[in-house]
Amino acid sequence: MKKILLIPVLLSALVFFTLYAFKDISALGGPKPDADNVGLKLPEGFGALKVADLGAKARHIVVTPQGTIYVKLARVKDEKGIIVLKENSDGRAQITGGFGNYGGTGIYMKDGYLYASSNKEVFRYKLNDKNEVIDPNNPETIVKGLKMGRQHETKSIVLDNDGNLYVNIGVPSNSCQEQDRGLRSPGIPGCPLLDSAAGIWQFKKDKLNQSYGEGVLYATGLRNVVGLDWNQQNNQLFVMQHGRDNLNSSWPEIYDTKESAELPAECLYALKKGDNAGWPFMYYDGLQHKKIVAPEYGGDKKKEADSKYIDPAVAYPAHMAPNGLLFYTGNMFPEKYKNGAFIAFHGSWNRAPEPQKGFFVVFQPFKNGKPYGDWEVFADNFAGTPEKAAMNKADHRPCGLAQGADGSLYVTDDAKGTIYRIVYTKK
Amino acid sequence: MKRVLIILLILTTGGIKLSAQTKGKKAPAAKPKVVTGAVMANGKKIYGQYCLACHMADGAGVPNMNPPLTKTSYVLGDKTRLINIILNGLSTGEEIDGETYTNIMPPHNFLTDQEIADVLSFVRNSFGNNAGGILAAEVKTLRAKNTKK
Repeated sequence: MKKILLIPVLLSALVFFTLYAFKDISALGGPKPDADNVGLKLPEGFGALKVADLGAKARHIVVTPQGTIYVKLARVKDEKGIIVLKENSDGRAQITGGFGNYGGTGIYMKDGYLYASSNKEVFRYKLNDKNEVIDPNNPETIVKGLKMGRQHETKSIVLDNDGNLYVNIGVPSNSCQEQDRGLRSPGIPGCPLLDSAAGIWQFKKDKLNQSYGEGVLYATGLRNVVGLDWNQQNNQLFVMQHGRDNLNSSWPEIYDTKESAELPAECLYALKKGDNAGWPFMYYDGLQHKKIVAPEYGGDKKKEADSKYIDPAVAYPAHMAPNGLLFYTGNMFPEKYKNGAFIAFHGSWNRAPEPQKGFFVVFQPFKNGKPYGDWEVFADNFAGTPEKAAMNKADHRPCGLAQGADGSLYVTDDAKGTIYRIVYTKK
Repeated sequence: MKRVLIILLILTTGGIKLSAQTKGKKAPAAKPKVVTGAVMANGKKIYGQYCLACHMADGAGVPNMNPPLTKTSYVLGDKTRLINIILNGLSTGEEIDGETYTNIMPPHNFLTDQEIADVLSFVRNSFGNNAGGILAAEVKTLRAKNTKK
């Protein structure tokens, strides 16, 4: 009797060890995912490992081919606004130092320099041939004196291939009302805030001490952009706008709480020089697929806006707060991901009393530099449980994205400072 | 009926606890029983209409954006400061218990004295908070003072 029982046990053990051995082989040369994928829900064949826990508000991130990680912190911790980590062969990383006594969001590496932004300036640090910062205490000031309000204060940055630096300057306002977020407060005519905010400004990547006078207003009418990236396939800037809030609380006679939760769309824009995305005069209604005049400027949720404002490349559900955008150019992930976009949605708050949404990383397929096909949730459950997401009690909030040299996808979390690395393990 | 009784029970025991805590500091004047079931019900209604969108259904706020209304001296402490935040809004960006919050709170001076008193009494006795109620007269006095300036 006992012997009969032993056979299936032995057999299953054999199967288990065989599978385990194959798993080892498949992951040879790359880091192994954690057993629980750090709590993430991922498509089949993908796994995740925890690179580090910073215990700080980790925003955007750079990963060098040598396995050095630079993380920009929203707020300085122990006088460091940029944390430096070094990866081991198993993919875990240790903090080896830090520099830059300023909080902020933007960080980007290009052509031998590390660029990083405070909420008013952009600095750059020369890198050695191992992509290490040579003189962390003496960066060059590339841009200074940018407007910074209390809200939408962060400056995201990216570079093109022609020596230009692009900086988002968010506007310290929801919809340019006379009383910001006030009840039935009208829009200020012409919205004077647009002269120095609510747009993407272009600067030279290597000219010191530039400000508004030296910069070019590249695209305007963008309330706030946090996630942005340069598309190498068609050589174009793409940005994710944070759409406006408070349609119901400011205009209860026009929008009920359900409409306010679903409007407006969070939009991906493909930008050309001179584009105007229409803030604050309009918003994009992702349900009607129309540009609609903002209630602060005479809108009634039906009246269509001037066609001079650009259309989004893709419209996503409202209020999910896109904080990271990355075009995937790596070779680790299956073919369909190549040149597509990953978008980190930090998670909503302005859907209450409706359940909150987001707290995940989306994949948007692209073909020839244009969105192609439907987006899908790629990495989910940063919140911990669906209930925590619905109630805005997320354990983790995805923010920054980076691609490793091997094609891994890195995701930061600005709630607890967890750094995730997502790998493809199926061969 | 049962619910009203339970609320009353909670409120009275809360009141006893509070007066016990303050005993010894000053001879406390008999606390006016302002936080009745009706006040809580009306306060909840106003909260749902004007506060919930930012401060959330459980008063926990939103990290980095909208401050929580739970366990904070801003709610439990000085009534004058609290009433003035409703009347004038808050846009100074000051640190609240070590954190900063980016969103501006617009003035809510369009609410009546009674509405402000009720919603603040509700907030001070919800989400785990347990503090005295606020009277419409207190709001009225402050509103008059503010407009004189």
